[in-house]
Amino acid sequence: MKRFSILSLLVLLAVPAHAQEKPVDRQSAEKQEPSAEEARVKALEEQVRSLADQVALLRGELSALRDAKAAEPRPAERVLLASSHIEPGALASAIPASPAVATPEAAPSPASPQFAQTQTYGGATSNAKLLNPDISLIGDFIGTAGRNAISPSRSLELHESEVGMQAIIDPYARADAFISFGETGVNVEEGYVTFTALPAGLLLKVGKMRAEFGKVNTIHNHALPFIDRPLATNNLVGGEDGIDDAGISLSRFLPAPKNWFFQGTAQVYRGDSADVFTANQRQDVSAVGHLRLYRDLGESTNIDLGGSYARGHNNAGVGTTLNPDNFITNLYGADATLRWKPLRRAIYHSFLLRTELFWSARDQLSPVNIFQTQHAFGMYSSAEYRANRRWTIGGRFDRSGRATNASLTDSGFSGILTYWPSEFSQIRGQYRYGHLWDTTNARYTDANEFLFQFLFVMGAHGAHPF
Amino acid sequence: MRNSKLYTRCIALVASLALACATCPLGARAESKLRIMTATTDLAALAQEVGGDKVEVESVARGYQDPHFVEAKPSFLLKLQHADLLVIVGLELEIGWLPPLITQSTNPKIQVGAPGYFDASRFARILEIPTGVVTRAEGDVHPLGNPHYWLDPDNGLRIAKGIQNKLSEMRPNDAGYFAQRYDDFEKRIKQADEKWLADMKPYAGRKIVTYHRSWPNFAEHFHLDVVGYVEPRPGIPPSPQHTVELIGLMKRDGVKIIAVEPYFDLKTPNAVARETGGKVVVLMPSVGGEKEITDYFKLFDYDIAKLKQAFDETK
Repeated sequence: MKRFSILSLLVLLAVPAHAQEKPVDRQSAEKQEPSAEEARVKALEEQVRSLADQVALLRGELSALRDAKAAEPRPAERVLLASSHIEPGALASAIPASPAVATPEAAPSPASPQFAQTQTYGGATSNAKLLNPDISLIGDFIGTAGRNAISPSRSLELHESEVGMQAIIDPYARADAFISFGETGVNVEEGYVTFTALPAGLLLKVGKMRAEFGKVNTIHNHALPFIDRPLATNNLVGGEDGIDDAGISLSRFLPAPKNWFFQGTAQVYRGDSADVFTANQRQDVSAVGHLRLYRDLGESTNIDLGGSYARGHNNAGVGTTLNPDNFITNLYGADATLRWKPLRRAIYHSFLLRTELFWSARDQLSPVNIFQTQHAFGMYSSAEYRANRRWTIGGRFDRSGRATNASLTDSGFSGILTYWPSEFSQIRGQYRYGHLWDTTNARYTDANEFLFQFLFVMGAHGAHPF
Repeated sequence: MRNSKLYTRCIALVASLALACATCPLGARAESKLRIMTATTDLAALAQEVGGDKVEVESVARGYQDPHFVEAKPSFLLKLQHADLLVIVGLELEIGWLPPLITQSTNPKIQVGAPGYFDASRFARILEIPTGVVTRAEGDVHPLGNPHYWLDPDNGLRIAKGIQNKLSEMRPNDAGYFAQRYDDFEKRIKQADEKWLADMKPYAGRKIVTYHRSWPNFAEHFHLDVVGYVEPRPGIPPSPQHTVELIGLMKRDGVKIIAVEPYFDLKTPNAVARETGGKVVVLMPSVGGEKEITDYFKLFDYDIAKLKQAFDETK
């Protein structure tokens, strides 16, 4: 631009100068013919000289442009985002070197070390977003058909719209918030700050979060490899929301043999999580502990093992003559995951096999009002195989006792087929069979259902959980 | 009583051990090699060129792996935990996997914006920065520009310069060493580039098709013309309709070369090549893509040799 403005300035200056000369010529023409001729020639000479100068200038410009073209980008490709903050260095590179500003010999050579030192190319990385958090919305639409008398779900529902906001807070912390708009209301699914710059390798999280109890409890609905949650989660670990509470989490890598990854996490929560834990008074906090052991078995295969423990008060004692403080639920979990993903074909093929076991020990009153502890066991096993870039098939086997009556065992299995039009949307179908205890009729019934799900992601490209 | 004493002793022992573990490494490692982790192997190769034997470099992604889709495995956390410097490609290339690794690394030195966090894209010349409205109707677009910028020797030099400055800042005592390493690298890369440019000169202006938009910087530097992509949009798998269009385009323009990254399926490219009488060339976008590509120079040696051969075979 500058080059053109200088050129036009030159032309503009030349025109009035020429115009001023003309009246003088005319005046003298009346008196002396020969000198007028001379003046005209002089004027023409002047003009030719100024034109020659301009040609020289243009030539220099042209060659400079040609030189620059080999190394510099074409202007069309170098347009910076309007929203990006342009650093002074970046601006110089965005506009190809102009001889009006820099003569050809002064034109910066991009390869020269000085240039690389001071020049900042494409420096808009973090500035483009200004200071807004990364915002995303994940829509989760679920439809259900078939028969289920025990826990029927609606035929069609926008099950959840999860708004995620993630940002770095300051040099010491980042924050993540996931607000879930469901059919029944709004819920802060998670909202926590993570302190990343603590000494001694500690990682501190404070806020509301999904507890580190096993695997499935930490995973958001949209990231699950199935549409629903396993029976064991529903029966023993708080259902869809799971152990999700306000609290403080501290974790650290622990010493381990070479090539093993060993991590310990200790968490304290208020003690209110769905129907698992209930804080009857302020000191009824719940505690969660988790140990994770991981090892690469090769570059494509790895194994991931975990043990979890959670303890908190339950609501069984509320409204009884006994002290509610005495009613505790202890949960134990074990999980194992085997993953396979060949690096060269990572986007086409992968396999995941996972089993989680849960044990629940719940203090409660028996039907004849005797204090007792129900020991229930639940588990699920799931497998998932990515057949190509767009299709994944999976299956899950479920079996779980009920927390309040361990003698009743629900079981079931599912077959899952998932299609990905792109990374940002997902279509999934699931056939689910359940052999479930019907409390009202006091017998087992069969449930046969077909579920389908549409997931869509707007906004920031969130990291995939591992 | 006895039990509680034993308990106290155990606790004291564990606590002192933990303290020793936590404090010892800091003191012992003051003068050892700088530990550099990089997102990709190319950045590792460049960091090695400049850092020489004063640094220890390792990359998270492998050279034959799609850098968009790396798994955030916990084993990487162990490496990131002790890194002094993290060099990333930036431009949201690693957005799907690196942020959680950085957060969980419990390493304050490499957190975003910390002195040990080095975004190489800030030093490179970036192409294909989208203008106007950016939507995912265009596929998995990178709103900040094409992140495959390292495939241009000039950018390699610029990144190396940036790394040199960073290393000198971190280890002022070795600044002279890094400067000398850089100068040597510059000399060698300029020499090599002359040869590469000469090798590619006969093919200047040739039209090629690539699978993904990984090659704009490479194509620009070596004067190739990328006229089409096997992917209908970045990150979207090939569709029959687009493939038919691509075949038409290649036949019309006489395009014979289909360059494919090692992590993409060859089925569609092979079908296109059969239809058009063209040739599929698996070009390596990164160091380590093949065993013999052990450094930044061999990456270009390899790709240029492959291209030359393919051009000659499809004359």
